[in-house]
Amino acid sequence: MSKYSEILFRPVFKENPIALQMLGICSALAVTSKLYPTLIMCVALTVTVSLSNFFISMIRNITPSNIRIIVQMTIISSLVILVDQALKAYDYETSKTLSVFVGLIITNCIVMGRAEAFAMQNPPGVSFLDGFGNGLGYSVILIILGTIRELFGTGTILEYEIFPLVQNGGWYVPNNFFLLPPVSFILIGLIIWALRAWQKDQIEEPEFKMSQNSPELIPNPPPTPSSKATS
Amino acid sequence: MLKINKDSALNITFVGIGLCLLCSAIISFISIQLRSVQENNVVLDMQKKIVSSAGLEKVYGSVENAMSNIKTHIIDLDKGEIVNISPDSYELAKELREDGRYKFLSAEEDIASIKKREKYSKIYIEYKDDKINTLILPVRGYGLWGILYGYLAIEGDFNTVAGLEFYEHKETPGLGAEIDNPKWKALWKGKKIYQENGEVSLKVIKGSVLETSNNFSYEIDGLSGATLTCNGVSNLIAYWMGNDGFLNLINNLQKIDV
Repeated sequence: MSKYSEILFRPVFKENPIALQMLGICSALAVTSKLYPTLIMCVALTVTVSLSNFFISMIRNITPSNIRIIVQMTIISSLVILVDQALKAYDYETSKTLSVFVGLIITNCIVMGRAEAFAMQNPPGVSFLDGFGNGLGYSVILIILGTIRELFGTGTILEYEIFPLVQNGGWYVPNNFFLLPPVSFILIGLIIWALRAWQKDQIEEPEFKMSQNSPELIPNPPPTPSSKATS
Repeated sequence: MLKINKDSALNITFVGIGLCLLCSAIISFISIQLRSVQENNVVLDMQKKIVSSAGLEKVYGSVENAMSNIKTHIIDLDKGEIVNISPDSYELAKELREDGRYKFLSAEEDIASIKKREKYSKIYIEYKDDKINTLILPVRGYGLWGILYGYLAIEGDFNTVAGLEFYEHKETPGLGAEIDNPKWKALWKGKKIYQENGEVSLKVIKGSVLETSNNFSYEIDGLSGATLTCNGVSNLIAYWMGNDGFLNLINNLQKIDV
């Protein structure tokens, strides 16, 4: 049992697809200016990644390895089309707001990444759980972003007024900066900082070490014309 | 179970074709199942905008009730007359593509920066006791980032605004997109369009309108930080209420109605 809960919850904080693996940032910037569309987007992605993991894992033993990426893409894009169609039928308003971003789940690296890294090696049941867990991990970050951005950008949460706006006779001047996509970058950065302060093992080894900028430390400095002239 | 060689040419062909057929069959099936619901959504969404532009959903209790009192007509914009064309298949985008069904506007004519104007327009009229109670006209014009599409509802005196509602625009959230703010939209109700001499005077100004102002009934408070969007709204009112827009229609309807 603990193995399954590990698979399900590991991607939420320990191996968050956005905060640790840096996947799916594009849609995290694009759809989070309001909380409601963000929630719908989270559901859409979670459904897609869970089901795609499930189906890809189901046929993993007969999938020829040289066309496996195409097979994965076919399954993922079929699922995304279905999600998009369902959204257009049952939540037309939100589907207009999300517009192209539901379709772009096809290119979301989380979906493809989990298919390739997990579903191709594991049986359908756990693959489904892994997909669901990664969907949750994605959702946690998006919901944090959506809440902060909607609250400070428009003074509301789920359209319910939290900070009374100046336009409506209150005191809060909405900060339009929070409605622009780049603010998500800053917020994601802060979330990663907080997460790594808590879970120290997520801190990466620096790829390069800065060396000190003094000539004695450079082994055998190459002779330069000026040094010849002075010596 | 028979062990298959999954990398054989036969298996590649089989899996490839099989998967494509299966996926396309499922997608086609689902999309046909959902089509009627989706089309219904689009129609409902448009009806909601039309009805709410005139604030009629409160009067009738629901969008469906309101729509049953609203008739759709196709009109000839130059003549200002209702023509006998079925409104069902009318689409603005199609009208603006077909030769002979639109005209290019010269720089002087084109106040609202829309470049082309259709020959026929689709309008909505709410009748009460066989008299025109509300006239709902499609208007459009360039804002800051793109064309604003909306409906302007006018009361039965053909001069008082009943409301304005935009159904499509690309304005900045929090600034220009405040044209969707219910409080701002409420300012339009009761304003007048034409002055005594027939000139279009309704416009959005910078800042707030003073109640003591002579033009109180012709001016709307500007949205702060959205001057260009507001100018766009003023321009589209000036264009569509003018000679090139619906003025001919309004004059004709006034003659019949009185």
